[in-house]
Parts: sequence; C-alpha cells; structure tokens
Amino acid sequence: MLGLDFSFVSWDIVQNFIVKGLLFSVYLTVVATVLGIVFGTVLALMRLSGKQALMLPAAFYVNGMRSIPLAMVLLWFYLLVPQIIGTPIGAETSAIMTFVAFEAAYFSEIVRAGIQSIPRAQVFAGQALGMTYGQNMRLVVLPQAMRNMLPILLTQTIALFQDTSLVYVIGAYDLLKGFSVAGKIYGRPEEAYLIAAGTYFVMCFSLSWLAKRVQMRIAIVR
Amino acid sequence: MVLDWQVFLSDDGSGGRTYLVWMCSAWLSTLAVAGTAWIVAVLFGSFMGTLRTLPSNPWLVRLAHAWVELFRNIPLLVQVFLWYFVIPKIFPPFQKLPGFVLVVFALGFFTSARIAEQVRAGIQSLPKGQRLAGMAMGFTTLQTYRYVILPMTLRIILPPLTSESMSLLKNTSVAFAVSISELTMFAMQAQEETSRGIEIYMAVTLLYAVSAFAVYKVFAWIEKKIQIPGFIVAGGTGGGH
Repeated sequence: MLGLDFSFVSWDIVQNFIVKGLLFSVYLTVVATVLGIVFGTVLALMRLSGKQALMLPAAFYVNGMRSIPLAMVLLWFYLLVPQIIGTPIGAETSAIMTFVAFEAAYFSEIVRAGIQSIPRAQVFAGQALGMTYGQNMRLVVLPQAMRNMLPILLTQTIALFQDTSLVYVIGAYDLLKGFSVAGKIYGRPEEAYLIAAGTYFVMCFSLSWLAKRVQMRIAIVR
Repeated sequence: MVLDWQVFLSDDGSGGRTYLVWMCSAWLSTLAVAGTAWIVAVLFGSFMGTLRTLPSNPWLVRLAHAWVELFRNIPLLVQVFLWYFVIPKIFPPFQKLPGFVLVVFALGFFTSARIAEQVRAGIQSLPKGQRLAGMAMGFTTLQTYRYVILPMTLRIILPPLTSESMSLLKNTSVAFAVSISELTMFAMQAQEETSRGIEIYMAVTLLYAVSAFAVYKVFAWIEKKIQIPGFIVAGGTGGGH
C-alpha cells in the first residue's frame, strides 16, 4: 500500500529498540514535571514576594528561559555542564537537567497565575487567624491554587512529553530515537517514523482526554 | 575562561565567508521560515477555528476538530520528519519541493491547530447576543461572521496569538533536524568546527531573544492600533511553548 511495507515490525524490535526509549521519555517527563513544579513554585513565590532582591532574578530567569528555544537550552547545558563540573556527563543526564531547569520557568508562570487566581480575602482570612506567611501559603493558598491549576498543569505535562523528542539535538536515546534507530537498521525509516507518530498520537490523545475529564471533575463549585 | 569574539571574523572554510556572515544568513532563514509558516498557520488556523463554531454543520465541525487533534497530538519534530521523509515517499510529487517548503508546512500546520483552538475559544467567548444581533439584522451566516463575530474575535485572540507567534519563532529551531541552515543548525555546526561554543551559543541565543522581543513589540503595536475604546480584553493565559 502506497509503497510502504510494515512487515519488518516484530516484538523483537519493540523489545530491543522501543521500550528503552519509551522508558527514558516517560522518566524524563515525570522527573521534569515533578521537579519543574517544585522549582516553578519557588520561582513563582519569589516573583510574588514583593521584594526586589527576589523578584528581579526570578523574573530574569523565567523570561530568559521563555524567550529561547528548548533546542538551544539543551545545547547550552550539554556544552556547559561538563565544563563546570569537570567531568563529562551523558546526553541523558544532561537532558534531565535541562528539562527541569527549562520547565521550571513555564511551570512558574502557571503557578503564579494560579496563586493570583485565589481571592485576596483568603490571604487576609489566614492572617486574621494568626498564620505566618509559610502557613498561609501551605495551608490556605497553595492547596486551592493547585486545584485550580490542575488541568493546565496536565496540559503542560502533555506538551512536555511531546517536547522530550527534542533531545534528538544532543543525541539522547528517547522514544523517537528508538524508532529512528530501528528504522535505519531495518532500512524502513519512513515506516518507523509513521509508527512513531501513531504512538505519540495515541499517548497524547489519551492523556488530553484524561485532562478534560479531570477538568470537569475538579471544577470548584463556589 | 576567556571569551574570544574574534572567532566570528574567521573564515568558515567555504571560501571568503566569515562565521558572522554565516550567522546572519542563518538568522534570515530562521525569520523566513517563521514568517512563512506564520502565514500558513494563521490562514489554516482561523479557517479551522471558525469551522468549529459553525451552527448546524456537524460534519464541518468534526472535520475541524479532527484537524486540531491530529496536529496537536504529534510532537513537532516527528511532524517535521513526516513531512520530510514520509510524505514525499507516499506522494512522489512532494519530492520536488525544497526542504524549506516542507518545514514551513510542518511548522505551519502544527501551529494552525493551536491557533484554531484560540480562535474557537475566542468566538465562543463572545456573548450569544452578538450572533443573534447579526441574525436580527438579516445577515447571512457568512455576513454575521464577517461583520460581527470575526472582528471582535481578532481583538480577543491577539494576546494568546502573540505568545503563539513567539512560540512559532522558537519552534523554527526544529528545522535543524532536516538540515535547514537556520540558527540552531548554525550553532551546532559552528560549535563543532571552531570549538568556541560559548561565544557562538551566546550570539545565537541573543538573536533568538531579540527576534522574540521584536515579535512581541510588533503585536503590542497592532493591539494598540486596532483597540476599540472602552472595550477591554482580559490577557491570555500562560502555558504552551
């Protein structure tokens, strides 16, 4: 059909080439999401702190990261980190560090919007109860903000999963690389890319369907 | 660590061209890819986004929905490979097209799905009364869209369209994967040839940041120009790349 031949596909290929890449892509997504949200929250709190010494560096970092392509950030880390720490690191380690640093900037904007969506009266109520800043954030503001943010955090995670394919630029072995290596070895690169596209589509489509369900379920009734 | 900016004045081995000249032409191709893809994206994006809001036309709505889901759920880099390797194999006429055009299609269609979503959300955020008013005036559906709905939508979607256009500019970097000589490709090759990666990357990063800022300024200017006094639109939300 259409000059394509999928007969090379076998369970062996999945086992030898695809699983390894898939595991790395998923691992990279999970680590970057969890640590990205943690550091993103720190950045967001810095930007909302009202203290110039905290606001300026955080704003510089977030806006800087957001104005350069991920591929360039990957190249930067791959070049600089080994020079700074003095030992070579693999493309995979470098990719994880890059994604955490890069996604923190994007997550911080989401968290910032989430915190700002909480009515000021909530903060005042916490203060009236005698809560410290930390208690107020931890017990009153952040739990509500996180709930409001959940759908968009999920959307961002799907975008992040798609972006993991960009580790191609430094040659890390992810899902796409798995397909492209298998395609080259078996002389069927076009078919391999088509299957790769199908795999990504099924995964991302199911995740976004899930995100929609979550959005409907957790909408706060006020 | 000492920075050596002289590297930009040295010859890149292709006979009389310095790295500085190469970088500038790479910058131009980045801008050319971004600009052309932007036109494709806006045309298809606004068309598909509008289709999704048409009353009483379920098949067109479904078609536009499928378009959005298809282009939104496959990573951009994979889409670039599809356009570059797979489509020319299935449809031989595409073999004659230069890589530049294929990358523009990939980027343009990928972005069109995201713009379609913004257009749809923008149209649906308009009060129902707008559409009804158009009907009460005796407008056809086409006229209602042309004179009532779309002009309002354009103003509503400008803030998210701004950030999407900046994303598009940054996304041109995936063109390195199919050897389009744009900024990221230049960065990778020049770094390898000169071993002055830091200087090269700094210059390229700066060019990306400057270009993104220029896009932002242009859109801020447009937004101000077409603003309707007394009509205030809430800003766009974060997220996306």
